[in-house]
Amino acid sequence: MTLHLAVALDGAGWHPAAWRAEGARPDRLFTPGYWAELVTEAERGLLDLVTFEDGLGLQSSHLNEPDGRLDQVRGRLDAVLIASRVAPLTSRIGLVPTATTTHTEPFHVAIGIASLDHISRGRAGWRPQISGRPDYVAHFGRRPPFPPQDFSPDRSPEFARHLRDLFDEAADAVEVARRLWDSWEDDAEIRDVATGRFIDRDKLHYIDFTGRWFSVKGPSITPRSPQGQPLVTSLAHERLPYEFAAKASDVVYVTPRDREDAAAIVEQVRAAEAAVGRTEPPLRILADLVVFLDERDAAGRKARLDDLDGAELVSDAHIFTGTPGELAGLLLDWREAGLAGFRLRPGVLPHDLTAITRGLVPELQGAGAFRTAYDTGDLRGRFGLARPANRYAA
Amino acid sequence: MTKQIHLAAHFPGVNNTTVWSDPASGSQIDFDSFRHLAQTAERGKFDFFFLAEGLRLREAKGRIHDLDVVGRPESLTVLSALAAVTTHLGLAATVNSTFNEPYEVARRLATLDHLSGGRAAWNVVTSFDAFTGENFRRGGFLAEADRYTRAKEFLDTARELWDSWATDAVAADAESGRFLRPGGVTPFRHQGRHFDISGLFNVPRGPQGHPVIIQAGDSDEGREFAASSADVIFSRHSKLEEGRAFYHDVKRRLAKYGRRPEDLKILPAVTYVLGDTEAEAAERAREIRRAQVSPQTAIYFLEAVWGRDLSGYDPDGPLPDVEPNLDEGVTKGHAAFRRDRGELVAKWRALAAEKNLSIRELAIEVSSPQTFIGTPRTVADEIDHFVQTDAADGFIFVPHLTPGGLDDLVDKVVPLLQEKGVFRADYTGPTLRDHLGLAPRTPNRTEED
Repeated sequence: MTLHLAVALDGAGWHPAAWRAEGARPDRLFTPGYWAELVTEAERGLLDLVTFEDGLGLQSSHLNEPDGRLDQVRGRLDAVLIASRVAPLTSRIGLVPTATTTHTEPFHVAIGIASLDHISRGRAGWRPQISGRPDYVAHFGRRPPFPPQDFSPDRSPEFARHLRDLFDEAADAVEVARRLWDSWEDDAEIRDVATGRFIDRDKLHYIDFTGRWFSVKGPSITPRSPQGQPLVTSLAHERLPYEFAAKASDVVYVTPRDREDAAAIVEQVRAAEAAVGRTEPPLRILADLVVFLDERDAAGRKARLDDLDGAELVSDAHIFTGTPGELAGLLLDWREAGLAGFRLRPGVLPHDLTAITRGLVPELQGAGAFRTAYDTGDLRGRFGLARPANRYAA
Repeated sequence: MTKQIHLAAHFPGVNNTTVWSDPASGSQIDFDSFRHLAQTAERGKFDFFFLAEGLRLREAKGRIHDLDVVGRPESLTVLSALAAVTTHLGLAATVNSTFNEPYEVARRLATLDHLSGGRAAWNVVTSFDAFTGENFRRGGFLAEADRYTRAKEFLDTARELWDSWATDAVAADAESGRFLRPGGVTPFRHQGRHFDISGLFNVPRGPQGHPVIIQAGDSDEGREFAASSADVIFSRHSKLEEGRAFYHDVKRRLAKYGRRPEDLKILPAVTYVLGDTEAEAAERAREIRRAQVSPQTAIYFLEAVWGRDLSGYDPDGPLPDVEPNLDEGVTKGHAAFRRDRGELVAKWRALAAEKNLSIRELAIEVSSPQTFIGTPRTVADEIDHFVQTDAADGFIFVPHLTPGGLDDLVDKVVPLLQEKGVFRADYTGPTLRDHLGLAPRTPNRTEED
């Protein structure tokens, strides 16, 4: 079985000082060429997919307010539009943008992802993400203030309740998207000259969703896309988001510290699936790792970046420094815990992406653990997921 | 002085003017259709490519309208992909100011401007119908009377967001360790009737500063909004005399906003049919009109005005003798026919009696004929005449066929306009503002160092 290998793209890389590293091109972060080069490189490495981070506010090292820092990358482009911009320049790799569920319109997000699936001919995914930051709420001015974020185990009951609401809303947003994606049957367009009808309206469906946060009538304005249901993926660190993933996602990214932790997390994800009564195929579980890869002294390179940033890198995910061969060994070991694969977060772009595609991938191929050519199917098919029947089809 | 013509292309619309029964009619959703039309427009050195918007499928008699082309992608998503397969063509999206928030629209348009190297445009529209609102969080919250105050405040707010990043805010200077210049990003705060928002915007200022702003309103308020705030008017006045009247009315409004006549381009939406001879073009135009107004579409037209079910009537027979039901509408999400239906019925009856027209013939007669019908030479002359006599600054062409509907215009008419010296032989700058001859938005720079 081939490992699933994804790369998470964000700014200049996942180290806050990545933009100051040798070979970085911080002046190009907001140009289309920068993103096109990264994604074509990832495709050259036969990777399953790339993800694109996003957010509805300026990046900050503080949890709840702007940090005023001028020495880190600030500013980003809309992830769905970046994914779409690179779609015509690539042909096989999956394109998975982040789109926030909290302040956005589920209708717009759903048709955006469906459009990406049409444009990319079946390579679109979506990473729905909640936005819990209190400072971003004022960018929209539509909701009462949010409580401060606090992810410690002894978080306030108020924040715990709020977080649950945000995930419930996200689950509703994904449900709306999934219904909209099915709201046109595949053969709804008939072009029947005899009766003058372009569509068979019996094959278009109202979704009639009503929830706590919004109601959406439907149908979509966008016909059903090549995958039917684009791949939904989410990042999760604890029980609540595991349950969200079990309800809403096809693929989940998790953040184990080591192999034992990976096994424990896999168990928790499976328990979450049982708890929510998941009927879809089991979640494909990918572990996230931040990676710094060199044939010699990757740790030294990372340490120099830490010095530049003035602090040691902190991440929700395990931070790996070493050679591509060592990383291949770690991945093959961790997969035994029940992981379907990995989403790697390059510490520095393009350096650590190139090390993945040209160093790690050949190592894994040599071990018979990674594809040597792309399959011909769509992104769902790559994860062993069939094109789903339409929920509204008779 | 000879004016230079501006040309734009509209992706064939979601309505009956797009002919789907023609064997040459391709997919309305496949990316290749968008690619073909956009690349054809760019081959013709057009200023921009335009996408309309419709956020709820139209309905008739309580059911989804099934006679016309329907189904489309999200505009900005497909334009971002088109940026990858074109190099100069402007990319214009219609984006609603009712069912969106300024922060998100501003960041998506600024993103498109970055990803296209300065080619983004925004057609600002406002919906007030509760019908479309059923697809969105706030429902149909906006009163019709508030639509321009909403649109204007939305646009002003978006401009505040774009201006909150200085042109040179991103220093990206690895040596000094400064990614942002001090003072390069300033907090925004907007408090108004429709929006009360504050914080930090998260997209650097785009290559054009602000995307090109398009406006389509026709009422007095709409014209005033365009005169104060827009770079382009998408106009409906495609006849010479009314075009001139509209042109003069709008251009004279500019001075009070400190703007010059050339700061706002007036581009009527137009259609065209070419033939090797005038007679051939006229015959083709008739065929296209019949394809656009099928027997079923003719009945639908009348139902929209009569306000009742007319499915029992023969489209090739006389107009219905039954009186219109003016209290009720049968169509939803269809902008036309909202007013004066009684008057319209009387007018149509008189016309049908005078010319002895069947239902279908009347529907063809009263719905818009093609704007330009003729040989490439006569059409090129007519286009030039319109522009030189101040009925327009150029046109937004709406082809009736996807994806080949612009091919002959670009192959046969554009070269004649170029020969006349009234249309560019090549692009002279990279941005849409360059193509339209618009001044760049005043750059705002940080004042440090």
